[in-house]
Amino acid sequence: MKYVDEYRSPESIGRLLALIGRRSRNPVRLMEFCGGHTHAIFRFGLRQLLPPTVSLLAGPGCPVCVTSQPDLDRAIALSRVRGITLTTFGDMLRVPGSTGTLQEARAEGADVRVVYSTLDALSIARDNADREIVFLAVGFETTAPSVAAAVLTAEDEGLKNFSILSLHKLTPPAMRAILDAGEVALSGILGPGHVTTIVGSDAWDFLSREYGMPCAVAGFEPLDILMGVYALVDGIESGSSEVVNAYRRNVRREGNLQARQAIDRVFCVRATEWRGLGTLPASGLFLRDAFCGFDAASRFPVRVEPAEEPKGCLCGDVLRGRAQPPDCPLFGRTCSPQHPIGPCMVSGEGACAAHIRYREG
Amino acid sequence: MCLAVPTKVVRIVEDEAEAEIGGLFRRISVAFTPEARVGDYVLIHAGFAISVLDENSARESLGLLEEMEAGLGAQKETGS
Amino acid sequence: MFSDTILLAHGSGGRMTHDLIGEVFHRHLGNSLLAAQDDAAVWVLSSPGPERIALTTDSYVVSPIFFPGGDIGRLAVCGTVNDLAMVGATPLYLTAGFILEEGLPRADLERVVASMAAAGRQAGVKIVAGDTKVVERGGADLMFITTAGVGEVPKGVCISGANVQPGDVAILSGPVGVHGLAVMSRREGLEFSFPLQSDCAPLNGLVSEMLKAGGPIHCLRDPTRGGLATTLNEIAGQSRVEIEIDEVCIPVSEEVRAACEMLGLDPLYVANEGKLVAFVAPDAERPVLEAMRRQRYGQQAAVIGRVTCAHPGRVVMKTLFGAHRILDMLTGEQLPRIC
Repeated sequence: MKYVDEYRSPESIGRLLALIGRRSRNPVRLMEFCGGHTHAIFRFGLRQLLPPTVSLLAGPGCPVCVTSQPDLDRAIALSRVRGITLTTFGDMLRVPGSTGTLQEARAEGADVRVVYSTLDALSIARDNADREIVFLAVGFETTAPSVAAAVLTAEDEGLKNFSILSLHKLTPPAMRAILDAGEVALSGILGPGHVTTIVGSDAWDFLSREYGMPCAVAGFEPLDILMGVYALVDGIESGSSEVVNAYRRNVRREGNLQARQAIDRVFCVRATEWRGLGTLPASGLFLRDAFCGFDAASRFPVRVEPAEEPKGCLCGDVLRGRAQPPDCPLFGRTCSPQHPIGPCMVSGEGACAAHIRYREG
Repeated sequence: MCLAVPTKVVRIVEDEAEAEIGGLFRRISVAFTPEARVGDYVLIHAGFAISVLDENSARESLGLLEEMEAGLGAQKETGS
Repeated sequence: MFSDTILLAHGSGGRMTHDLIGEVFHRHLGNSLLAAQDDAAVWVLSSPGPERIALTTDSYVVSPIFFPGGDIGRLAVCGTVNDLAMVGATPLYLTAGFILEEGLPRADLERVVASMAAAGRQAGVKIVAGDTKVVERGGADLMFITTAGVGEVPKGVCISGANVQPGDVAILSGPVGVHGLAVMSRREGLEFSFPLQSDCAPLNGLVSEMLKAGGPIHCLRDPTRGGLATTLNEIAGQSRVEIEIDEVCIPVSEEVRAACEMLGLDPLYVANEGKLVAFVAPDAERPVLEAMRRQRYGQQAAVIGRVTCAHPGRVVMKTLFGAHRILDMLTGEQLPRIC
């Protein structure tokens, strides 16, 4: 596959690892913000291969993991409403809410359907005029544009049976929260390559300006990730705290303007609750009033009991980088991929799931 | 986040396109990449193209390794 | 009375049931044992008598019932034949029980049964007993098929998941991940044009040649639900050995890799319906591999790993870059993801 295989060449990886080994003198701790990076790092065994001076820490960039318990419960409650078809990305299906998972709701008769794209959800809405199609909109800035596009298309076509439950969140506030909390000593941040494709590398300038924190925006192939690591190590060793774009083939300074405009047109920004990080100001996307006809939360109000995090679950700490998955008392014992207690174990990119699935042999 | 793959645009009709990867074809939206042309590679996330791959940058980044190795070698020589 | 959809009356046991059985099942599957129309098929054992008899059962509920490269009927015949072949048995006779949903187009039923007949002929087995029930609309997803299969195990053949030994070589018959993706590509909400057909195929011919090649074959298994990784875990558990595989050696086609990249799936966990993994003694590696590569369904056979006694029950994979990671069983269903 073009633009994939070249970035997985064992020979190039070997050479880059050697370069990192030679450049890295002082121990550094880098946070890979994005769950996709955590997943790829584990899948390719990169942690094992990096020199001992470089340690990597998973951050809160897993949109499934940071969905709050009440929000998850709301989604599950919606799926149980008669006449509603809940469409969702596969990632959300097995996350445990207070009363079960979407998968369990489906087994009990709820109409829950996995889709790959909002385009598919729109098709389902067109083909099932007698049902209300609700799309569970989870994701960061990479996904929000596609949901905005779906809402605009629905409006254009006069689709009356399509709505979204918007649980979208923005990445920079989460980064600020981690740094402001000062709970973890970080040397640098591996920036989310695909979020940045949308928001633009300029969006991370604040890390350098306000926190003196180096950031390298990296793609997700092994070569991309290691290029990002090298850029961080190199920067740290030279005392620089610049934002480096190590994913130039897809990331520009201004990002994707059409996508950003679509988000702006359809969504407004308000405070929202993040699992593990609490309520962060200006961190969530909500539909603007003009699009209230597509807002599932107001069209189908459901009662949700106040929820508590499961006892002993350290997902919050893991998301903040305060704890590693093995530190959680439930890890690998009561909480496993077969019986997940917290979202970090269920989500494909959750740190706990990655730790267990890809553990070293 | 987030899963995105580079695919080749084979056909465009307004905002929709057909893209190919490894012999597989899928209908996608190019609403956010109006500059995409047939033959371009675009990055697809959840059925939407979010970027047109810059082939020059790609070539550059793959060629960087030699530069970096030479640079590090030079650094060692100058003791910096 | 000819109806172009299946009605509840077709399952009542009366005239309509008889007519359906004659017009569809007997017409396509016709053989003397089935034609006897007794409550059970009776046959004489081969002479000299078989040392052991193998018996298996399976249910098929795949949706959609027609997918690129196959259908639920072909799947049922091949799946059952393969279960028998995986213990070294020569498959002989199958049964097929049908649960049909009211409203199923008759033409679809015909198509499935004709496909079963063709698969049976390809595998050299006969379907000698059957049953048909019809349930109300919504009671079955168009069609469910349950089978049983009987075969004879030749003398000296001792193949089991518990027989794998340290030192054994693991051989995979061909590229993995095709069937699961072929089915998924037709699922509503996920449609994509997958250029490959399901690999659904009867493997008894391949196994027979492998057995003739000589050299102890300790275990055979077809990696169906849960994929190759799950199957390897089952065997490692049964035999209490560690299996080490090399990612670079596992055959995966470009199309499968592309689909998995796009959907966020791992080919090692995607179902196969025409592949097997064999564990053979080191001396048998060459002859068995060569025998496989001469066969239609083993042309791309490859050694994918070895068995050790390091950590019993564990499956470890050496990745592309030389790191080692543990390969677990599949938990739940593998779902497409965007994160």
